[in-house]
Amino acid sequence: MRFLATCLIAIRALRRNKLRSVLTGLGIIIGVAAVIAIVSIGNGAKAQVEAQVASLGQNVISIFSGNFTTGGLRGGGGSAGTLSPEDAAAVAREVADVVAVSPEVRDRAQVLANGLNWNTSIIGEGPDYLSIRAWDLIEGGMFTDQDVRSVSKVCIIGKTIVDQLFPDGSPVGQTLRIRNIPFKVVGVLKGKGYNLFGQDQDDVVIVPYTSAMKRVSRRTNLNSILVQASSPDRMEKIQQDITDLLTQRRSGREPDFTVRNQLELAQAATATTKTMTMLLGIVAGVSLVVGGIGVMNIMLVSVTERTREIGIRLSIGAHDSDIRVQFLIEAMILSGIGGAIGVGLGIGISELFSYLNGWNTLIPVWSVLAGLGGSALIGVIFGYFPASKASRLDPIEALRFE
Amino acid sequence: MQPVVKLEDIHRVYDSGEVKVHAVRGISLAINKGEFIAIMGASGSGKSTLMNTLGCLDQPTSGRYLLDGIDVSRLERNQRADIRNQKLGFVFQGFNLLPRTTALENVELPMLYSKERISSREMRDRAMQALEIVGLAKRHDHFPSQLSGGQQQRVAIARSLVNRPQVLLADEPTGNLDTRTSIEVMGVFQKLNDEGITIVMVTHELDIARFCKRNLIVRDGQVVRDETVANRSLAPVEIAKLQAAETAAKLIHHPA
Ligand SMILES: Nc1ncnc2c1ncn2[C@@H]1O[C@H](COP(=O)(O)OP(=O)(O)OP(=O)(O)O)[C@@H](O)[C@H]1O
Ligand SMILES: [Mg+2]
Repeated sequence: MRFLATCLIAIRALRRNKLRSVLTGLGIIIGVAAVIAIVSIGNGAKAQVEAQVASLGQNVISIFSGNFTTGGLRGGGGSAGTLSPEDAAAVAREVADVVAVSPEVRDRAQVLANGLNWNTSIIGEGPDYLSIRAWDLIEGGMFTDQDVRSVSKVCIIGKTIVDQLFPDGSPVGQTLRIRNIPFKVVGVLKGKGYNLFGQDQDDVVIVPYTSAMKRVSRRTNLNSILVQASSPDRMEKIQQDITDLLTQRRSGREPDFTVRNQLELAQAATATTKTMTMLLGIVAGVSLVVGGIGVMNIMLVSVTERTREIGIRLSIGAHDSDIRVQFLIEAMILSGIGGAIGVGLGIGISELFSYLNGWNTLIPVWSVLAGLGGSALIGVIFGYFPASKASRLDPIEALRFE
Repeated sequence: MQPVVKLEDIHRVYDSGEVKVHAVRGISLAINKGEFIAIMGASGSGKSTLMNTLGCLDQPTSGRYLLDGIDVSRLERNQRADIRNQKLGFVFQGFNLLPRTTALENVELPMLYSKERISSREMRDRAMQALEIVGLAKRHDHFPSQLSGGQQQRVAIARSLVNRPQVLLADEPTGNLDTRTSIEVMGVFQKLNDEGITIVMVTHELDIARFCKRNLIVRDGQVVRDETVANRSLAPVEIAKLQAAETAAKLIHHPA
């Protein structure tokens, strides 16, 4: 078959010029590797963000004290607000499909234990807080409603606190002083890592919100209220009901609260990674095209350089199509092999990246297929022009070419 | 017997813009099977143009060319390529071997463009046979850069033979070679011709033309003389003479 013979011819021609072949392939290798690495790193980043969003808890709606816009999701302390424990109780009582509610007070303070001290965030919460945030304890137990009512001096602590203040073993039952007030450690939280905003979620001491208000911070209002909905499709309705209820409870006054759901938070956070991945993807795509133009460039040069060779082939009976197909196959083999090496390199880079960052980079099958197919396609597209140029040469003139 | 090549009033005018060059002006010619022809003439007389026409590399402006009974003067590009592949063999002044390609692969080349399917085994066998004919079977895995000019030209001859052509065409095949290698190449041609292959070649050297059976002189695009070589040179004899002369020269330079 003529086609097989042409393949053989193309392979022989490539073998004759190893250096040129390698250099030609290099552009494609880099392009494909970049595309694959970026796609998989981007995917990994997305998965990471999704995991962090999930770590916020299931179907969580947050009521923040004070007014603020999307840009200020993290919001200020809200100290001017009037969000109160009664508001939380009203939401729990009157809004349908609410599973759990936890009033929240935030503060920072110096804490002491075992002669060591540490500045950390002190959060006052209700007993349902851990279930809302889908957070487990590795030791001890959560404080109870009774603790909330009696303003108990009990706390549960995060992993970082254990590392910093209880270097030698079990902290449960020991005492931790917050602003010099002794609190008994009743539980230790499972490590949760960093949140969407890069904060260490394990660097925390959680106390009953009543204790936080009366003993630690001496205040009467809440920073926020966490509300858990029974299912994702109830969230919007609940959000509206909460807004209505709290507005009604503030009859006549400006609403001084903001209700946000978890999805909005997630969207804000993923939007950034999405944009970054897209931008980098475009850069990688451009480099792939540049690689393709490199293939075309070298193929064009090689048409000139190999004019005599083409003349010889034509003079001993090659058809136009034989020459065209030969150059096309050469270009495709170059970019195909380049693509394959690029895929390998891309996978290697993303594996290395995930190893260094400690998170999973997911290499989607489609990106590998697209890398391989795309590079072969580039071979065809950018190989076609030089190939057809070569095939139109006049044998006599090509032979005379020096 | 029908001639292998029959030219009827062939003209070739190069029309490169303003000037028209009338390179071939009405050549008629019949070449029978088994002939061995040398075309001679001054530079620019139209020898190469004539050879390109004979070789189906170029189309005449007017006239008819019958190769093996087929009118090839009006064929299109790819059909002419097939004729070149199947019925003609080419040997060029500059050898025109593919660089960085072994002698064997160079000789295999025409078979890769054959219409018929040839197995790679058969390709190899036929290429080795052709190399055997020119006495280079042992050097089959050498690259052109590792071969002398005469050896490269013999590889080129092997390549031209491998598809068993009707006519072997050579434009100044000895133009780049010294006397001795030229005679060796002519020896290969004579051997092939003895086996029945028709050969047409261009040469500037009268000595070389005397190895052929028939000489054509071309001037201004026309054949002005067409004669049979009376006292034909034979390669083995000429080689022997050359050797004797060399020995004599040595004796003079290095007296015992
Ligand atoms: N492609 C071309 N375009 C224009 N003119 C050409 C072309 N090829 C050859 N000629 C002209 O045709 C004439 C015959 O050229 P040709 O090459 O056939 O001569 P030649 O007998 O082979 O000469 P030489 O012995 O130097 O090889 C010359 O005047 C040459 O300039
Ligand atoms: Mg010439």
